[in-house]
This record gives sequence, structure tokens and C-alpha cells, in this order.
Amino acid sequence: MTGTMNLAAEVQQASGVASMAWLLLVLPAFGAAVLLIGGKRTDKWGHLLGSATVIAAFVYGVVLFLDTKSLGAEDRLRDVHLFDWIPVNALDVEFGLRVDPLSLTFVLLITGVGSLIHIYSIGYMSDDRNRRRFFAYLNLFVAAMLLLVLGNGFVTLYFGWEGVGLASYLLIGWYQDKDFAATAAKKAFLMNRVGDVGLALAIFIMFKTMGSTQYDVVFAQIGNQSTATVVSIGILLLLGACGKSGQFPLQAWLPDAMAGPTPVSALIHAATMVTAGVYLIARSSPLYSLPQAEDARLVVMIVGAVTLLIGCVIGCAYDDFKKVLAYSTVSQIGYMILAVGLGPAGYAFGILHLLTHGFFKAGLFLGAGSVMHGMNDEGNIRRLGGLARKMPITFVTWTLGYLALIGFPFLSGYFSKDAIIAAAFSEGGGRGWVFGGIALLGAGLTAFYMTRLLILVFLGKPRWENLKSEDGRAYHPHESGWTMTLPMIVLAVGSVGAGAILSGILPEWLTPSIGELVEEHGPLSHTLIAVLTVAISAIGAATAFVVFGRREQPVTRPARVSFPVRAARADLYGNHLNEALFARPGVWLTRFLVFVDNRGVDGLVNGIAAGLGGSSGRLRRLQTGFVRSYALSMLGGSILVIAALLMVRFA
Amino acid sequence: MTTSGTGSWLLAALLLLPLVGAAVVVALRGNDRTAKLAALGFSVAEFVVALVSWANFEPGGARLQQSFSFDWIPAFGVHISFAIDGIALVMIAVIGLLVPLVIGAGWADKLPEGRTKGGFFSLILLEQALTVGVFAATDVFLFYVLFEIMLIPMYFLIGSYGGARRQYAAVKFFLYSFLGGLIMLASVIGCYVLAGDELGKGTFDWATLVQVVHDAPLSTQIWLFLGFFVAFAIKAPLVPVHTWLPDATAEAPIGVAVLLVGILDKVGTFGFLRYLLPMFPLASKELAPLVLVLAVAGVIYGSLLATGQRDMKRFLAYVSIAHFGFIALGIFAFSSQAMTGSVTYMINHSIATGMLILVVGMVISRGGGSSRVADYGGMAKLTPLLAGVLLIAGLSSLSLPGTNSFVSEFLVLIGSYPNAPVYTIIATVGMIFAALYVLWLYQRIMQGPLRGNALVGEEPLAGPSTGTAGGVGTLVDSAVGAKKAILDLNLREKAVLAPLILLIVGLGLFPKPVLDTVTPTVDATMCAAGLVDPVQSAERQLQCP
Repeated sequence: MTGTMNLAAEVQQASGVASMAWLLLVLPAFGAAVLLIGGKRTDKWGHLLGSATVIAAFVYGVVLFLDTKSLGAEDRLRDVHLFDWIPVNALDVEFGLRVDPLSLTFVLLITGVGSLIHIYSIGYMSDDRNRRRFFAYLNLFVAAMLLLVLGNGFVTLYFGWEGVGLASYLLIGWYQDKDFAATAAKKAFLMNRVGDVGLALAIFIMFKTMGSTQYDVVFAQIGNQSTATVVSIGILLLLGACGKSGQFPLQAWLPDAMAGPTPVSALIHAATMVTAGVYLIARSSPLYSLPQAEDARLVVMIVGAVTLLIGCVIGCAYDDFKKVLAYSTVSQIGYMILAVGLGPAGYAFGILHLLTHGFFKAGLFLGAGSVMHGMNDEGNIRRLGGLARKMPITFVTWTLGYLALIGFPFLSGYFSKDAIIAAAFSEGGGRGWVFGGIALLGAGLTAFYMTRLLILVFLGKPRWENLKSEDGRAYHPHESGWTMTLPMIVLAVGSVGAGAILSGILPEWLTPSIGELVEEHGPLSHTLIAVLTVAISAIGAATAFVVFGRREQPVTRPARVSFPVRAARADLYGNHLNEALFARPGVWLTRFLVFVDNRGVDGLVNGIAAGLGGSSGRLRRLQTGFVRSYALSMLGGSILVIAALLMVRFA
Repeated sequence: MTTSGTGSWLLAALLLLPLVGAAVVVALRGNDRTAKLAALGFSVAEFVVALVSWANFEPGGARLQQSFSFDWIPAFGVHISFAIDGIALVMIAVIGLLVPLVIGAGWADKLPEGRTKGGFFSLILLEQALTVGVFAATDVFLFYVLFEIMLIPMYFLIGSYGGARRQYAAVKFFLYSFLGGLIMLASVIGCYVLAGDELGKGTFDWATLVQVVHDAPLSTQIWLFLGFFVAFAIKAPLVPVHTWLPDATAEAPIGVAVLLVGILDKVGTFGFLRYLLPMFPLASKELAPLVLVLAVAGVIYGSLLATGQRDMKRFLAYVSIAHFGFIALGIFAFSSQAMTGSVTYMINHSIATGMLILVVGMVISRGGGSSRVADYGGMAKLTPLLAGVLLIAGLSSLSLPGTNSFVSEFLVLIGSYPNAPVYTIIATVGMIFAALYVLWLYQRIMQGPLRGNALVGEEPLAGPSTGTAGGVGTLVDSAVGAKKAILDLNLREKAVLAPLILLIVGLGLFPKPVLDTVTPTVDATMCAAGLVDPVQSAERQLQCP
């Protein structure tokens, strides 16, 4: 605990390779700028430049990683000062970068997965007239996301935070002549802004109480603050995390965000941007590790646990391929939030799950994209089926991602998710049972809904053979080209092996940034929890096989279903609640105010003006004459008034 | 005539250039093209001089620089005296930037029957000269006179060149402002009398009045404060005396709307800083809650009203009302961060909202003059560049980090929080509304399938009003069902918008030059009002002379 609190003293100014860390921001930003300003002239090679800049950033990231690894653990926290961004007297917002194990981990994830998805998009977007602009937006996203994780203060983080929100807005609304895409984009931005307000307020409190918004100062002084300050900052930061990471109660935008092209869903809405909330809490570990922050951590855990259940339950009922994966993402991020809410016992596991999830969920989305690419953009799983033989590479890579997600022994998810479940049980007492139990239950549900997907999409009979897609074409499923399959294969390899490798080295590597991993032992041994988790997942998967695998599924979804299914199909009424609580009252209030403004306020002031002018009749006559005449009379009048006033006073 | 410091001639040139320009342009009005070129020439020259003046300004030096003064009415101690401080300087620079852009944007616009471009641009230059005078005046009586005279060219600009209900809007604008000015006059005279009692001889000199009125008892200060405040609150405008602005903005030609919202309104908030705080420090502190309530009400009220508008130009007015709420909040939260935020908000709002208005004007001119939101939809398909610049201006209006407006809104809020937490929290919620109204407008006009009477139909509503100056826009194929006259941005329009986009991004990433110019003047204002920063730092803090 003390190790994390004294972090600030150890931050050093970067030199050598690390002092060039601004390259990480400049490379993708340069790509975006060239593609946006260059316009149609860059159509021919825009996608190549976009991919090249991100790959270059990845290469530099690897060099930087090796450079940092060669230093002793105590020298691995480095700051790069670039310039004073917003300096006004006591407030000094610096534009600087923090190069440390935590940020570097994210740099590798963002540029690594980012590179793969750029390559995938070359094929996926090849039919789109505006492919160049798509790559510009992707680059913009990578630049903003890197700023988010590399900034060395909360305001630079906020810059990246809203920057990725913009990129997300642009990409969700990519098919902008479709009303639902435009609406989904707007909804995502708005719900994120609700969270951003929390983040902004947390920053204001930091400045008031600690006089700074830079990590080094804030983390050095947070220990001296009152419990009220620490808890309010902790909860406000969490509100920001909820917005960006689709956590309860701000989860409703993420499934709608699937209106964007599939590579966007994979990169932004699965692997990277939506995990920013987990990054924020892990980055603020010096705050959340404090004994004063106990209540804030409890709220974090509750949010994580509630969200992971919501995501699972809704995921069981949806028929849209990408939306099921979206709710799965909501739920998996719930696991990560739960983990970081556990404090020093969970930060490292949260990040570990974030990384393995980055691999397998990006792979699952790319697989979904590959299926839809070969099936005239059909996303309704009831109209798919039996695609395993038509798309063998997609099927195998997707299945590996699926196994990793449900925690099949010794694949990625097994290491990261089980660790979180075990850590939740280790919290001890009633809390341990509740959070551990929820996490365990979630594992079973996850296996159920993912197996359902697997069966309906890849196994069973092809239900699409006698159907036509919306635009009237018949389905001719085919495997995708190499630019699309290559990234899927790479991600599948990661889904298999990343967990085993990372779980051994990650906690120690991250120690300088988030403190040492505190391993506690709860009422159940870790081996028992591992066995239990696998058993419950197996039960979930088996149930899905029994329900969906043994008989043919109808092409249209059954309308008469039990209440829980209806509720899950309606997003557990989250949207209805938002509508009833905010949207409708807002609309009515606005209409009322427009009415008042046009009649009431104006009428009142007009009345006073008329009264002062003598009578309203005079005002009316005034408004019917020629402009010039009454302008002149007014000029004359004003001179008279001034003269009169002066004479009265000074005569 | 007395001058002090260097560069007095620069300020004199800043005042005279547009005045001379106005005369020359009106003389040349017979030939449209010559008059337009002359107007553009004078306005560009004015901007260059403004930049030279900025280069000559020493932020750490005396508060008032480049000053000159001569007697006007010796009997009453009235002088014609001008000088600039950091705040006036940046405002004058922004006026210098906007006027050539407004002239460029209005280059090909149609005017009402019988009006000439020469007359129009000449009035704009005259307005510029008077506004520069208002910001630079250091004699309170002179300030008052310019404050009132400034209304006259604007009155004609709205009333003679505006839309269908222009006469109603012009009269309403004039009545509101003029009435406010008269109330201020009473306070100006009150200050003169106070000085007379104190010094034995009355004066209107701003620096002297600050010393004298400063020490007056609270009750006196409150009355004098209120006189100024009403005038400034109408000008800014704050809720509930804002209703003239939507009408004036809706009826004014686009370029005039830019000047009205971008420049003229700033005189109100400038007045808060220059006159209210230093002259009436006791009253300012006493009445701060009142102003804060109006400010925060403006943020929320303006935002909600903006989302409820059906007319794009009225929408712009309500957006500005919300923004003025932020500016007022920053000024009356009494910290150097918030106050610096407000001053930068004043110029960033001119740039961002100025651009938003210009872009909306470009939308309207393509839609046959309709400013109804419902007449548009899916326009991004026809004019992707226009959609892009609308989004950029909009993002700046919602204060996205990386744009200029973020710096100022952030400073206002973070600086206001320590002294006025509740007000700040409510205003911060306004950020959500800002995203709502900007993205709502963008979606309605640019996104979705192509629709709306202004874009789709057999016959164009009116002749093409753009693209006469060698446009490079792409002709849209009629297969989409759109009117053929709708082109994307032409070269002239790109030239008008490019400097604004550069400033939006440039000042968003590196605002230091502006902050360094403004902060010393803000510090001086804080010191004159006897205010202390709520958050102190050992190394860097507000220094009083």
C-alpha cells in the first residue's frame, strides 16, 4: 500500500528513446491530417498510409517497451514534458506524457490490435467509396486513444477521453444516410458526455483541494485529503468510467454503437476504447488503494457486478450477431471493473483480463465481420447457420476466441477470468460470497449465450439457403480474403496463448505503476474455484447445446416468450427508463420554455418598453413606418435625451 | 494631446483606418467591385495593424498601453482618450480578424432591392471603428457615447439589409440597447458627481474614477453598479433581457449576425471586467450571487431553448446566450483562472460561433434562403466539405478538447469551482446540453437520407446565390434527386473558413500566447477589485503591483 502512495517521488524525466514518445501521438495524427486535408487526392494510397503510420507507432512502441524493460523496476516511471498547455497562475496544466509499464501495456494493445484492424479494414472496406476517410477516422482514434493512456495528468487524459469519443461518434455514424446510425452515434456521444461531466468535476475538485491536475502532484497529495474528498473524487471518476466503458447505468449506448462498420466494433467498442474506464481506475490506483476510498471501491465493485450480470442476461436473448457480442463486451468489462474495484488484490487481474479480452473479443468481432461480409451483411443469427464448412478459417479462429472467452482450461480467458473470480471470493465475508457468486454465475451465463451463438451461426442446418437478403440477393457465403483472415489468425493465436504467458509476467511488470499484487486467500481455495468455474461454464454450454443444438431453430424469432426473455430483449428496460426519466421530460420542458420565451418573457419586456414609451399604440405605430425615418427620429431623440440630461445636471 | 508609452500611433491607426475605409467605400459605392475590393483592402490592413499592435504590446508592462488623449469638453473634464490593455487588445484583434472574413463571406450575397455592396460594407467598417473605440476608450463618458453611437450603424445594418421582419428586429434591438445605455448614463453621471465631491472637480477619466468610486460606501456602489449592469446585461445578453438577440440574429444578414454575436455582445462582458469589478468592488461581491444565478440560468435556459428552435439563426442566438452564461459565471466567480477563461471565452466564442454562423449562412444560401431546419436533411451527401466544416464549428461550440473553446470553458469551470461549486456543477451539466444541441442540428441538416424542401424538388426556390466567384464545387448528379444548384464549398468560402479552422485547432493546442497576453490584465482586474485567488501556489500566483 505504501509503495503505491509514494509513487510520485519516483517519477523521472525521460531521456533517450523515451523522450521521443510524442512520436506515438504524432504518427497516427499525421496520417489522419494528411487523409482529411488531402481529400480525394489521397484515395489511392490513403489506406496504406493510415495502416503504415499505426504499424510504425507499434514498432516504436515495442522499442520503447524493450527500453523500459531494460531499466530497473524503480526507474520505470518516466515523464516526458512537452509544453505548458493551459498555464494561468496557480493552475499549470502541462502537456506531457507518462511512460511507464501501465501506459506501455496499453500502447502495445492499442497499436498492436490497431495495426491488425487497419489491415483487416483494407479488405473489409474495399467496396466503400469513402475508405480513405474511414482510415483517417481510425487514425484519429488511435492518436486520441494513445493520448488518453499516455497523458501525464487528468486533463490530458480528458483530452484523449473526449477525442476517442469524437472518433467513436464519427465511426458509429459512418453509414450516415441511415437514420439509425446517426441516432446511435449521437446517443453514444451524449451518454459519454454524462460520464465526462463526472470526470470533469473530479478534476475540478482535484484543483481545488490539491492545486494541480497532474498525476505526480495529485497522487502524492491524495493521501492527505479528507475521506469526503477522496470518496467523491473516486465516485466521480467512476461515473466517467461508466460512460466510456458502457457500465451500469450508462450501458445503453454500446449495443447501438454496433451500427458502425465491424472493424470499428472490434477495435473501439471491444478491444480498446471501452476499456478506458478500467484504465482510468487502475491509473488512479493511488487513490482507490487508500483506506479512505473503501466506500468508493465498494461502489466500483457493485457497478461491475451489476453490469456483468446485465450484460450476460441480455446477451442470452438477442438475435443480432454483433449486439450479442456487444452485450458480452459490456459484461466482460463488468468483470474488469469488478476486479479493479477489489483494489491491490485485483488491479493486475483487471488489466490482464482487459488484454486477453482485447485479443479474443477483437477476434470474435472480426469473425462476425467476416461472416457478415460473406453473407450480404446479414447480422440476424436466425438467418445464418451451418457456416462452418463454408468459412473454415473464420470458423476455426472464431471458435478459438469463443473457447477463450468461456474460459476453456488453459486458453486466455481461463487465466484472466478465473483470477478475477478467485480474487472476488478472497474479498472475504459476505461481500466475498456475493461478488464471487455473481462472477461465478456470470461465467455460466457467458458459456450459455456464446454457445448459442456458435450453434446458430456455424453449426446446425443452413437456414439461409431458401432466403434472400433485404436487397433481394441470394446468399453465397464464402471465405474472406487474406487481409481479413490474417488478422483473425493472429488474434486467435493470442486468444490461445496470451493468458498463459501474460498471467505469469504481468503483475510484476505492472508493479511500478499500480503497486504490488496483494494475494489474499478467501474461504475457498483457488483450485476449488478453478474447478467450480470450469464446471459451471460447462453446464452453461451444455444447456445451450440441449436447448438450441438438438432441434431446428425457427428463422423468425418466437413472439410469445416468457417474461424474463421479453425483459432481456428490451434491454432490461434500460432504454425505457432513460426515455421516461430524461428524454420525455426534457422534450416537454423545452417545448414549454420555447412557448414561455416567445410569449411570456418577450411580452413582459415589450410591455415595459411600451409602457415607458408612453403607450403600446405608439410602439405599434413605430413599427410600421419606414426604417430610415424612425431610425433618424431615434437618433434625434437620443441626442435630445443626452443633451437634456446634461443640461439639467450642469446648467 | 498627450501620449504615453510607445505605439500610440498604432492605436490611432486602428481607430482611423476603418473610419477612413468607411468613407472611401461609401464614395465608391457606384461600382460594386471596386467598393468590395476597397472594403476588403481596408479591413485586411486593419487586421495587420492589429497584429503589429499586439507585437508591440508588453504583457508584463503598464496596464494601459499605446495611449493617447486630448480634451473634448474641458468644462466637464471630458477627454477623448484611448488606450489598450490585454483584454481590449485581444478583442480588437478578433474584430480585425472577423471583419475581412465577413466581407469575404458576404462577397456574393444578394442584397435587398436598391441597396449597394458599398453601402453595406461601409456600414460594417464604420461599426468596426466604433467597436474598436468602445474597447479602447479610457474616458467613461466617451465610452458611453460610443456605446450608444455603436447602435446606429448596427440598426441600419439589420433594418436595411436584413430579412422579412427586419424592421421589427432592428427597432427591438435599438430600444433594448438604448434603454440600457440611458440607465448606464445615470450611473456615469453619478460617478462624475462622486468624483466631484471627492476631488473637488469632477472627472470621467477611468483610472481616476476607479480610485475614487472604489472607496464609496456599499449602498452608493450598489446603485451605480446596477446602472452599468443593466446596460451590460442587455448587451451581453443575460437571461431574462435576452429576447432581442434571437430576433436580431434571425433577421440580420449573416455577416451582420457574426458581428452582432461575435463582437457587439462582448461589449457587455467586457464592461463587467473593465467597469463593474474595479469600480464597484464592494457591490460586485455583494451582488455576485445575483449575477451567478442569471449566468447559470442562461447556460441551461439557452441550451434548452436552442434544442427547441426550428430556425437555424434563432438557434445560433440561443447557443450564444448559453455561452454568455459561461462568460458571466467566470467573471463573477472571482478567480484569475475563471476570469482568464472568460476573456479567452470572449475571443474563442467569436471565432467558433463566428464560424458556425458563417457556415450556417453557407447552408442557408444553398437552400434558397430558407433558414428552417425542417427544410434540410442528409445534406452531407451533396456537400461533404460543408458538412465537415459545420461539424468542426459545432465541435468547437460544444467545447471539445483540442478546440479553442475547450481551453476557455475548462478555465471558467475549474476556476469557478473553488468559490462557486454549486453554480459550477450546474453549468458543467450544461456541457451535456451543448453536445445535444450541436449534434441535433448536425443530424437534422447533414445526416439521414436526403430530404427537405430546400434540397429536394423540381424547381429551385431561388436562383443559385453562391458559386459566382469561380467555385470549384462538384456538381451533383441529378440522379440523387437533388437540385442541381447545390455545390460544395467554393474557393472563396474555403479561404474564409481556413483561418478560423486553423485558429480553432491552433488555440486549442497551444493557447499560451493568448493566455500570457490576457492574464496580467486579469490579475490587475483582480487586484483592483481586491480579490484573492482561492487556490494558491507557492511558485506561481497572482502578483499585485
